[in-house]
Amino acid sequence: MNIVVCVKQVPGTMEVKMNKETNTIIREGVEAIINPFDTYAIEEGLRIKEQTGGRVTALSMGIPAVAELLRSTIGLGVDEAVLLSDRAFAGADTLATAYALSKGVDKIGNVDLIICGKQATDGDTAQVGPSLAEKLGYPHTTYVRKIEEIRDGYIRCQRMTEDGYEVVEMPLPAVITVVKEINEPRLPSLKNMMRAKKAVINVWTADDIGADKNLCGLKGSPTQVVKTFVPVHEIESEMIEGDAAEQAKKLAEKLMTMKFPVCG
Amino acid sequence: MNYFLTEEQQMIKELAAKIAEEKIAPVAIQYDEEGKFPHDIMKVLADSDLCGVYIPEEYGGLGGGILEMALVVEELSRACGGISLAFAGTGLGTFPIILFGNDEQKQKYLPDIASGKKLAAFGLTEADAGSDAAGVRTTAVLDGDEYVLNGTKQWITNGGEADVYTVVACTNRSKGARGFSAFIVEKGTPGFSFGKKENKMGIRASCTSELVFENCRIPKENLLAREGMGFIVAMKTLDRTRPGVAAQALGIAQGAFEEAVKYSKQRVQFGQPISSFQAIQHILADMAIQIEASRALVYQTCRFIDSGAKDFSKESAMCKVFASDTAMKVTTDAVQVLGGYGYMKEYPVEKKMRDAKITQIYEGTNQIQRNVIALELIKEFSKK
Ligand SMILES: Cc1cc2nc3c(=O)[nH]c(=O)nc-3n(C[C@H](O)[C@H](O)[C@H](O)COP(=O)(O)OP(=O)(O)OC[C@H]3O[C@@H](n4cnc5c(N)ncnc54)[C@H](O)[C@@H]3O)c2cc1C
Repeated sequence: MNIVVCVKQVPGTMEVKMNKETNTIIREGVEAIINPFDTYAIEEGLRIKEQTGGRVTALSMGIPAVAELLRSTIGLGVDEAVLLSDRAFAGADTLATAYALSKGVDKIGNVDLIICGKQATDGDTAQVGPSLAEKLGYPHTTYVRKIEEIRDGYIRCQRMTEDGYEVVEMPLPAVITVVKEINEPRLPSLKNMMRAKKAVINVWTADDIGADKNLCGLKGSPTQVVKTFVPVHEIESEMIEGDAAEQAKKLAEKLMTMKFPVCG
Repeated sequence: MNYFLTEEQQMIKELAAKIAEEKIAPVAIQYDEEGKFPHDIMKVLADSDLCGVYIPEEYGGLGGGILEMALVVEELSRACGGISLAFAGTGLGTFPIILFGNDEQKQKYLPDIASGKKLAAFGLTEADAGSDAAGVRTTAVLDGDEYVLNGTKQWITNGGEADVYTVVACTNRSKGARGFSAFIVEKGTPGFSFGKKENKMGIRASCTSELVFENCRIPKENLLAREGMGFIVAMKTLDRTRPGVAAQALGIAQGAFEEAVKYSKQRVQFGQPISSFQAIQHILADMAIQIEASRALVYQTCRFIDSGAKDFSKESAMCKVFASDTAMKVTTDAVQVLGGYGYMKEYPVEKKMRDAKITQIYEGTNQIQRNVIALELIKEFSKK
């Protein structure tokens, strides 16, 4: 099974700081990490490979420094890493990102399965995985929490929903995005870390992957970010103590005093 | 301080630190409380290739030496001095095979230990043979192609949990310590069982048990080196592994120190963080001085041994004494810095103080180490 795992560099903090003028994320001085959801994608890729054989390639689009993060994925057991890096990719929205990644996947070639994290913790859009599938013309399933079966040309997985899960079958090649319930990511191993130290991280430009520059980066991005802000949560909350009956009674009393229509 | 570790050693240290932070620190207090053996953590170490750092490459290890072993022990001990002992105790049980095993014995046992599939233990101590190891009473009698073992070993680290045991027994009582021999005994051998598991002050996630031999027959191929070499096997092994105990002490001290610094900056009394009081500052400074001195001595001793030095009993004893006395002092002071909170089990330093104590006792008490050092000194000076 040849697997590509898409990996994004994100700031290693929950409080993403924005440049108010350019509306872009301030990355200086913030530790860069692999998008936490992508670590589950890497782990799942490695597990499938251990089961079926084949290769796992980590693929990212980003600034040259992302090569070092990709190197760390080799420490986990990834076979090869590819970084798409070019000025032409700068300022890409999810559509332009998916386009560039799809060209990268084309160049890697012979791919059976592409695994992405369910979303990135900085942009939180959850769009790139499905868009990538559309660009490639592959079927996709999001929020995968378990792969029940995978073999040549076939995958069956559990897709998490709000109140349970759906079982989805797809032909391969396909794209899945995974949730953290799917596995527990491993730590690196010494032998893989040593391999990573020496590994060459492939860096491909827009020309290398034959991308149309009009579809890349800012030029290829129909989305314009007008304003960004971190929402302020100012909800006052109160915990009601006691057993279920007491809690219900207290809650009902509260609601009565609040002049909301109360049923029953 | 930059200790000019090689790239590989740096990687080992970082990886061990990552495991300690992510996997060990969150469970350290619980495992201590329950006396739970850390098989799960050993699995993580195995998957990370750390189990074989000190085992030669031709037997599936990484080909490192005592320094590599010490780096792992130090980092694991920073989070828990008991959990780290599953790894360190295996080292103690494995070195007799590395140092004195023949190729067949190495082929048979080392790869599984290197991969983390098997743990090891070392059995020397008995009820009447503590500091005076020459008091060993367990016997091994050759009968055809087998040795028959009888006797009881006491306080054996990893006892019952390990798969491979290197055991010292008496093959010729009339010769005293020169009549000792060392053997490899596998768990599951008929006649080999485990006695009670000890209830200890500290390192409670480590298992300490009796090994009981009752007409336990082992193939004569399991003899290490030659008959009569047992005492030498034990002494040469301990010379090499004492820096491991030192590294354990060093890690425990480092962990306690970090907790103390962190706490001193948060705890406010008299309207200011206690770290602003000179009395506290000096305690922290002294901790840092002692730990750094201890680290320098431990690493340098390891390098000296790994360089192929022949005689290093004195240096090995020195680093064990210094690092363990430092750990006892630093952990006690850490409890002092945390005050009453330091004395409480919800806070991590009282455990570190309990864990530190053993490092002054096992693999030769610090009194015995001082005897060794003094004896060597007197020998050296009489040559001049
Ligand atoms: C938790 C734990 C784990 C252990 N793990 C192992 C293991 O894996 N394998 C193994 O073989 N053993 C193990 N031991 C045994 C350990 O090595 C011995 O406890 C240690 O060597 C001391 O022996 P002892 O306890 O009999 O003390 P004793 O020898 O009875 O000493 C008591 C006191 O007298 C002092 N003393 C004794 N003789 C002298 C002297 N000549 N000069 C000055 N002072 C002296 C000692 O320093 C000590 O203070 C372990 C012990 C413990 C507690």
